[in-house]
Amino acid sequence: MSEHIVSPKIYILIFAALMILTITTVYAATVDLNAHFAGLNVIVALLIATCKAVLVILFFMHAYYSSKRTKLIVFAGFFWLAIMLSLTLGDYGSRSWDVH
Amino acid sequence: MSTTPPKPPGYQLPEEHYLNATYGIRSWLLTTDHKRIALLYLASVTFFFFIGGIFATMIRIHLLTPAGYLVTPETYNKLFTMHGVAMIFFFLIPSIPAVLGNFLIPLMIGAKDVAFPKLNLLSWYIYITGGCFVLYSFATGGLDTGWTFYTPLSSVYSNSAVTPAVIGIFINGFSSILTGLNFVVTIHTMRAPGMTWFRLPLFVWAQYSTSIIFILGTPVIAITLLLAGLERMFHLGFFNPALGGDPILFQHLFWFYSHPAVYIMILPAMGVISEIIPTFARKPIFGYTFIAASSIAIAVIGFFVWAHHMFLTGESTYAALAFSLLSYLVAIPSAVKVFNWTSTLYKGSISYDTPMLYALGFIGLFLIGGLTGLFLACLGLDIHIHDTYFVVAHFHYIMVGGAVMGYVGGLHFWWPKITGKLYPEFLARLAAVILFVGFNLTFFPQFILGYLGMPRRYHNYPPEFQVLNVMSTAGASILALGYLLPMIYLTWSMRYGKVAGRNPWPATGLEWTTASPPLTENFDVTPVVDWEPYDYKNRPDLGLQTPTAPTLAPAHGDD
Ligand code: HEM
Ligand SMILES: [Cu+2]
Repeated sequence: MSEHIVSPKIYILIFAALMILTITTVYAATVDLNAHFAGLNVIVALLIATCKAVLVILFFMHAYYSSKRTKLIVFAGFFWLAIMLSLTLGDYGSRSWDVH
Repeated sequence: MSTTPPKPPGYQLPEEHYLNATYGIRSWLLTTDHKRIALLYLASVTFFFFIGGIFATMIRIHLLTPAGYLVTPETYNKLFTMHGVAMIFFFLIPSIPAVLGNFLIPLMIGAKDVAFPKLNLLSWYIYITGGCFVLYSFATGGLDTGWTFYTPLSSVYSNSAVTPAVIGIFINGFSSILTGLNFVVTIHTMRAPGMTWFRLPLFVWAQYSTSIIFILGTPVIAITLLLAGLERMFHLGFFNPALGGDPILFQHLFWFYSHPAVYIMILPAMGVISEIIPTFARKPIFGYTFIAASSIAIAVIGFFVWAHHMFLTGESTYAALAFSLLSYLVAIPSAVKVFNWTSTLYKGSISYDTPMLYALGFIGLFLIGGLTGLFLACLGLDIHIHDTYFVVAHFHYIMVGGAVMGYVGGLHFWWPKITGKLYPEFLARLAAVILFVGFNLTFFPQFILGYLGMPRRYHNYPPEFQVLNVMSTAGASILALGYLLPMIYLTWSMRYGKVAGRNPWPATGLEWTTASPPLTENFDVTPVVDWEPYDYKNRPDLGLQTPTAPTLAPAHGDD
């Protein structure tokens, strides 16, 4: 289990990226994107949040430098989340098909 | 040549072992020895079993008469809720993993301890902290939402102490996660030389699968209950339609964990059974790889079936169809195990020692529990039996008939290793039979009650259901005796039991090659494994069967 040393430069870069993305989130919330496409505001906010989470996991949590096995575990976590979301949405999406 | 098999020789207790290595309350509360932590868990889960048992007794006494005998309807709601919460979250989920798993995994793989001993102790403290919150909830108003905490009852309408209870279960979740993490890392990185994956005891495979569920499932229940708590405390809208939430979403999130959680309870018990059966059939287990793989398959497929709890609570018909089909699939790996156990018994040289009685009981009771699960997964039939006593009987056949029997059987099987002492065999066999009879008398009538239409969670019932309810209560009192007996004679044996020796049954696992009780470091020297698992033919080192010598007979406390 060798520790990977990450240079402060990378940490600062990632931190800056996170701050910029935060500002973008706040700014995007003030623009009425929903006028173009229903729900676009939420979609944009979630996309930015996802980017931030990925940066944190890859660099702050060192997943980028980790062994294949650790990456597999990280992947499993997201895969399980995908199971939960997709099957749950499967229920919501098919409600309107019901014949009464 | 004499016809009676030779008895193992007399033994002395080892001079120093993990129990007498250090003394005093501090040496226990600050221990990082996985074996002592297992005993801390043993005491605490037994405590919660007692609490849950008291509530169960009160439920059964109340249901002696159609109008209800003992408590008000409001109190009745609290009784079955607190029974469920204590039993599921604080007894059954930690029981086999945290007690037997903690004690045995390092011994079985030839390690000195788990990978993170301090984290292991922390898990216990987290469990105790969560337990205190829940006890506080029980003591200050109780809990009446059902163990399922369905919203909006839990998040809006209930007047009981929901908030401390959900906080307690949230906290307790981290104990499960850390235990799971510890086991996964231990099994990956700490196996002794020669202990390859396919030489691991099947108990370890079962614990590994359980740990996967711990890690991937528990965060979901923790956060879901926290969301319900936040909605209750701060009126944030997650599940309450008035606040823009959706109550069915709670059920999806709850069961996403709680169906896999039923496998957290049963998989480790299946692991115990896979150890006991070859030992007392004196044969290698049939289909090792299939049993190992089916544990992993159950852990994974178990995550795809959750909405079979929601067929009648508003999910779409199409989702119900899919989840019904997926639920049938999960029965396949369970059946694989049952077939392999019975094939192991075939032509074995079987002896009916106490652990074996539990194992055989497990097979029958789990079979009934599992097959009635298929009844429930059938969409048309579930309309009739959903939320009736049929469901109650189904999950008690699996959780009590299966998981608790596995736990008690495992405790008996490894008791000589844990304490170095043998329990009185006759009493123990008697208790096993009493448990089996009491269990069936308690829960079989509930299948009939449910089929006839008696709903669950009601405090009264029509008079025509009384006979079956009285039978059930009578059975419960026999069951209680069956649990008290082992508590008494096992405690007695710690002091007065005969010395067990390293390998009283005898069995083939690595844990049986070290002293009983083991040293703090488990082994004098790191063991090297150069045999296949459950090999009862080629282990002269253990004094087991050789082509010329007969099998050793198991040692008993009252021989
Ligand atoms: C063989 C695979 C199994 C199948 C197909 C199955 C199916 C089902 C179904 C469809 C229900 C919902 C019934 C209803 O509410 O109408 C149910 C309830 C339940 N099952 Fe199973 N089951 C299986 C195995 C298990 C196992 C292994 C356990 C526990 C160790 C278990 C514990 C439970 C519990 C606790 C409930 C009721 C939860 C509640 O509403 O309070 N089941 N089962
Ligand atoms: Cu289920």
